[in-house]
Amino acid sequence: MQVLKGHVWKVGQDVDTDLIIAARYLNQSDPTYLAKHCLEDIFPKLNEKIKKGDILVAGKNFGCGSSREHAPLAIKHAGFSCVVAENYARIFYRNAINIGLPVIVSPETVKMTAAGDRLEVDLIKGIIRNITTEQTYQSETLPPFMMEILEKGGLIPYVSEKVKADV
Amino acid sequence: MGMTITEKILAEHAGLKEVVAGQLINARLDLVFANDITGPLAIKEFKKIGVTSVFDQSKVLMIPDHFAPAKDIPSAQQCLEIKRFAAEQELVHYYEVGRCGIEHCFIPEQGLVVPGDVVIGADSHTCTYGALGAFSTGVGSTDLAVGMARGEIWFRVPESIKIILHGKPKNRWVSGKDYILAIIGKIGVDGAQYKTMEFAGEAIDDLSVAARLTMTNMAIEAGAKNGIIAPDEKTISYVKERAQKAWRIYQSDDDAVYERIVEIDVTDLQPQVAFPHLPSNTKPVSEATDVKIDQAVIGSCTNGRWEDLLEAAEIMKGHKVHPEVRAIVIPGTQDIYLRAVKEGLMETFIEAGAVVSTPTCGPCLGGYMGILAKGERAVSTTNRNFVGRMGHPQSEVYLSGPAVAAASAILGRIGTPEEVAQCKY
Ligand code: SF4
Repeated sequence: MQVLKGHVWKVGQDVDTDLIIAARYLNQSDPTYLAKHCLEDIFPKLNEKIKKGDILVAGKNFGCGSSREHAPLAIKHAGFSCVVAENYARIFYRNAINIGLPVIVSPETVKMTAAGDRLEVDLIKGIIRNITTEQTYQSETLPPFMMEILEKGGLIPYVSEKVKADV
Repeated sequence: MGMTITEKILAEHAGLKEVVAGQLINARLDLVFANDITGPLAIKEFKKIGVTSVFDQSKVLMIPDHFAPAKDIPSAQQCLEIKRFAAEQELVHYYEVGRCGIEHCFIPEQGLVVPGDVVIGADSHTCTYGALGAFSTGVGSTDLAVGMARGEIWFRVPESIKIILHGKPKNRWVSGKDYILAIIGKIGVDGAQYKTMEFAGEAIDDLSVAARLTMTNMAIEAGAKNGIIAPDEKTISYVKERAQKAWRIYQSDDDAVYERIVEIDVTDLQPQVAFPHLPSNTKPVSEATDVKIDQAVIGSCTNGRWEDLLEAAEIMKGHKVHPEVRAIVIPGTQDIYLRAVKEGLMETFIEAGAVVSTPTCGPCLGGYMGILAKGERAVSTTNRNFVGRMGHPQSEVYLSGPAVAAASAILGRIGTPEEVAQCKY
């Protein structure tokens, strides 16, 4: 997977799935529709302002709450290339990998990064560079099988290959 | 080396003698289910995998409960999608509105989950079934799709935190909801992130199965992967009446490894209230009595069971809901609804001036049947009080058990059953 580059949108800690995509929009599951309402109670009209590839930086326990996969889908389809957080709620983390949204754990980056900074994320090496402040951080890399899922574009393409191999 | 209940269940389902925390395993699944919100996405992903049928028609379940009976056309469309899929796949367990209820009330009530099972549901509160000694956890729609296709899924074996509750509460209204709110208040919304919360101690032994289900239901609110309680006589008699399959009882070994042990004495515990906007923002009810409310909700997968309704009715009987308050009572399942009709609870609620609804998630997630306007406040027996959870982003939700919610409905502000007893209306 390529190196990701974008401007930072920053949110605080314990940002829950209702804030990422409110239940009032869950009567539909079309990703483009969900993306329109992504994080709207924090950043109204985010979808009009975001530039493709931008990076969401968050505090601890990002994505806590519901199991709705609509949350990582909304983030991905809003145009974010990845999320960098102090840590994640379990189901959100798993869902993000499964749908092919890279999620990086780096408390240092979160601390030293401001909204609007430009970041460069090398997923394979786990290196995050803040281009604005010229600082570099090393994050933990993903376990190889999760990296493989991401490279295949998510869990479904990964599993369907196995299904084909079984036949 | 000793193992916890969770480790034993996972080892058995992975075909291994032993597992340790941190290990990655593939576990066999006994039940895989989704609802009207998560189902359509799961079905869409399932169709991309390249299999034609689910792994076992008796182990995959679809249930319309979140926005059902459908609140609008898109919701109706989602309900229809899961219904069609159930028909196409000839699923044994599909239940139409009017024959089910809120998934986490309905599934254990019908004996569709039993001790020793491994269950995944595309709903975060799937952790509820741990109260019966099963391993159950919430997943997203893609994991669910893979579970439906393969009948197994990967897990990282979680570390366990043992939470021991000592004592007998002096306050008769203190129960499972107050315990779990107190625990989350103590360890925080990420206090058990990725871990197992294993509940034990004499205060747990004294709880009804319903109150235990309330506790494991909210394990996710501390970030846990699952909550679990060792089965005892009460569990077995609950399961015996309903089980649709064989069960298997596991207990933790004495030398099982816990990452951490948390002990709480509940003797002097007051009913708890979680203030906006996190379930960990808990305070004793005595510090909440000046909070005026516009709505009281009694229901949900946390507190929509028979015992919860009974407690609320006891408090509301002979009183009137405060003139400025909407009280909304939602039985968790059709069986609970019917029993509440037969045993006169409905009469009590309606005479008091409450709305009684058909089983649904409804207002719990801000769906319908009691959405809050800007600036409004609700006390609710549900499980989340996030920003905008029950309606407008500038509304507020205070979480409590059924006793406090029922009392507050009468008082027009957060309060206790003791205060209601002195109340004229
Ligand atoms: S009652 Fe609330 S928490 Fe429970 S399943 Fe329904 S929406 Fe989720």
